[in-house]
Amino acid sequence: MKISPSLRADFLTYLTGYGLAIVLTGISFAFVFYRLLAPEAVFAVILFLALIQIIVHLRCFLHISLKQSSRSDLQLILFSALIIALMVCGTLIVVLDQKARMM
Amino acid sequence: MAGVSQPELRHVGLNLTDEPREVREQVESDVFGFWVFLMSDAVMFACLFAVYATVRHATAGGPTAAQEFKFHSAFWETALLLTSSFAYGMVSISMKHTRGRLWIAVFMVLTFCLGAGFLKMETHDFITMFHDGATPERSGFFSCVFVLVGMHGFHVFSGMMWMIVMGLQLAIYGPDQRTKINLIRLGLFWHFLDVIWVVIFTVVYLQGLIR
Repeated sequence: MKISPSLRADFLTYLTGYGLAIVLTGISFAFVFYRLLAPEAVFAVILFLALIQIIVHLRCFLHISLKQSSRSDLQLILFSALIIALMVCGTLIVVLDQKARMM
Repeated sequence: MAGVSQPELRHVGLNLTDEPREVREQVESDVFGFWVFLMSDAVMFACLFAVYATVRHATAGGPTAAQEFKFHSAFWETALLLTSSFAYGMVSISMKHTRGRLWIAVFMVLTFCLGAGFLKMETHDFITMFHDGATPERSGFFSCVFVLVGMHGFHVFSGMMWMIVMGLQLAIYGPDQRTKINLIRLGLFWHFLDVIWVVIFTVVYLQGLIR
């Protein structure tokens, strides 16, 4: 395998993604393992870290970017994210409200 | 996107800059079609996550998340799956930058082994949970855990079967254009499973283990 500039760039993209994912995963597990904050705060932090890690995966492994060429993929993903947010938030609001009323 | 911009394939793996415009457009629409499937899969997983969130405390006096989830096995499963995703990245790079099938095969075998290691650990976890009486029929919580995590495991298993099929295609046809498009699709599927696992280890395992 001879090393060309584009090979180096592609390899660095994957390596960056892998490195960032490992660091983000490590921080998440460390927050839970060492109980660095109160339980609610820890949950908020690991949710935030998961969101960043999803973006890292999309960018580095799935090659979604803001450039013209992958815009239709990006629009599809953003639309799906909207649907998912509506369904998940809707379910949680309705069911948790029901639960609160039944208590 | 007709007429406005040249379709330039950003997906690492297929070097189509020399191909005619129609070929590149065809590849781009094939890959987009697979994205539509992936997003429908994501919506299904989102529904399972929503159900999980509503039954999180519905343990019916049985074992709880904190008793049954093992911190270290969740960590090593994550490491295995993440590394297998990186290994598949090397498959894509080999497909783009090397001639022949040697490196593609080498990295695909590596990806397969890491995926198999992940499934072995997950199965071991499930068996341990069954021995502790944390079975799907014990409580609403464990029904949902087994459906959600099991569905992801089933996807990983399907991906591994797909890798065997791709190995055969590679052996028979070599890395021709059709095989390469299939390898790109498999790559999207495999990386997508890693994204789902990020949500699983955060929402299911880590949230269950927070004290």
